[in-house]
Amino acid sequence: MSLLDVENLWVKFPTRQGVFDAVRGVSFTLGKERLGIVGESGSGKSMTGRAILRLIRPPGIVQADHIKLGGDDLLQKSEKDMRAVRGQRISMVMQDPKFSLNPVMRIGDQLIEAYRLANKSDRKGAKSTAIEALEAVSIRDPERVMRAYPHEMSGGMGQRIMIAMMLIPDPEILIADEPTSALDVSVQRQVLSIMDKLVTDRGMGLIFISHDLNLVADFCDRVLIMYSGRVVEVCQADRLHEATHPYTRGLLKSLPRLDQPQGKLQVLKRDPAWADAPSVSGRA
Amino acid sequence: MPVLWKIASVIGSILVTMLGLLFVTFIIGRVMPIDPVLAIVGERASQSTYDAVYVQLGLDKPLIVQFLYYIGDVVRGDFGISLLNARPVAEDIARVFPATLELATIGVIMGVVLGVPLGVIAAVKRGSWIDQVARVVALVGYSMPIFWLGLVGLLIFYGILGWVGGPGRVGIFYVDVMPTITGLLLVDSLIDGNWAVFKDAFSHIILPASLLGYYSLAYISRMTRSFMLEQLSAEYITTARVKGMSEWSVVWTHAFKNIRVQLITVIALSYAGLLEGSVLTEIIFSWPGIGSYITTALLAADMNAVLGGTVVVGAVFILLNIFSDLLYKFLDPRAK
Repeated sequence: MSLLDVENLWVKFPTRQGVFDAVRGVSFTLGKERLGIVGESGSGKSMTGRAILRLIRPPGIVQADHIKLGGDDLLQKSEKDMRAVRGQRISMVMQDPKFSLNPVMRIGDQLIEAYRLANKSDRKGAKSTAIEALEAVSIRDPERVMRAYPHEMSGGMGQRIMIAMMLIPDPEILIADEPTSALDVSVQRQVLSIMDKLVTDRGMGLIFISHDLNLVADFCDRVLIMYSGRVVEVCQADRLHEATHPYTRGLLKSLPRLDQPQGKLQVLKRDPAWADAPSVSGRA
Repeated sequence: MPVLWKIASVIGSILVTMLGLLFVTFIIGRVMPIDPVLAIVGERASQSTYDAVYVQLGLDKPLIVQFLYYIGDVVRGDFGISLLNARPVAEDIARVFPATLELATIGVIMGVVLGVPLGVIAAVKRGSWIDQVARVVALVGYSMPIFWLGLVGLLIFYGILGWVGGPGRVGIFYVDVMPTITGLLLVDSLIDGNWAVFKDAFSHIILPASLLGYYSLAYISRMTRSFMLEQLSAEYITTARVKGMSEWSVVWTHAFKNIRVQLITVIALSYAGLLEGSVLTEIIFSWPGIGSYITTALLAADMNAVLGGTVVVGAVFILLNIFSDLLYKFLDPRAK
């Protein structure tokens, strides 16, 4: 039984030059697994994540045959019911904690707010839960961090706080949208392993959106490769090097490898036919 | 003692800016093509009278000495004698400034209370009819000459409908009946418990104050809208939505907290602008405020009154700026 079932998802933006399709007919399912979505800038991977939470703001339009969470179609829900899904059942970690945490609110207040939106609790109970959540992401001295403001934190700490905040209501699914792209390479792995442990321990589904092929191959179970709003290939992460689509192959070849030094890296040659081919289904 | 040090540095910066202000007004007083001696003694005075007054004013001393004398006078609250009515300028200002203060304060309160929510709603409902209405309201506020709005307002609400009092601060029966405590008529009449004066003063102030309020509403609502639009597209707003917050809380507890600092600058500037005395409004409504005082003095070449008024207006500007700087540090943790 899959946690999430997305069928024929489209995200459209009306512009003066006509309708721009950011996502074009994407289908996939997500179980208790780590699903990677890889693609270049503008391939529609972030839009896919945000469309699931119905966070595309007007004039953007989200259409799909269904986006089923458990048995309920999220597209049929009222905005009020959707608020009970956000945070409590599906949560999201964004790219840069410098921008995704409110700069003028204390970290503690932001964590407590996340908990109290999902649970009826007094401030005191919420505070102790928030401190536990910070401890779970290996924050030292959580009492002090609770009183601090986001600009007093390093990037790695900020992202761990963000993860703690998004996992406080115990959601079923976490969407991580480029969660390590803004971080130093030295702390990327640390943040990833913390996130991985929490997600696995709680039996959650994870959608990991990234442009980093190697990272996704290492970290995920299954990978969707997106190009121009469509899924062009689906494969098991450990078999990514056996990928057959020329786009995926081109991406892999354009990466430098320590074990196979090359004089000149290949440049990706794009075939217009890739964008026109129908989307590959990402159903497990 | 870091707190003491901070207070000292704030006071120091006030003093330095004030000194600069005095320097500017002093120089203006010297470069104006108005002979201060002639202005006092008149054109038909004898040369010996002229010379005596010249020495009395200290004009024979070097400029720097004159400047120091000037600072000394201002610090003692002595702006000289007004040529128009032969009274100390300081006394005149103490009489006219509260009139402007009262008008500007009510005006800016109206501008903030109506303008800020209007700007926030216009940003949240961007492109909707509310946004369009807010745009037109602000545009009219910017572009209508205030003397025209003032005259039409008087015609309709005073002349035809009779809902408000006419020009002046109070009706003719109440002029000078109040003891001056603060100089603010509304406050003084409340302290005195004189409801008749309060009601009359209120009916006189409401129309000009609404006009100034409309003016600052136009500015404040447009600025609020653009500050809000910037914040609403920020990532932390998405975070708040991901948490499952209602749109109302997203707007008021997350986005609005982040525009407070910018908003204070706009409100302080708007208030300072009104406190300079809006000359046109004061003239149309025969409002005895500092704007019409300085203008009258300027037309009569009464330089003591002009410079005294300028120093007061400048000092108000400086104090408002310092005040908004202090508020920043309180509202934005990054400014500490």
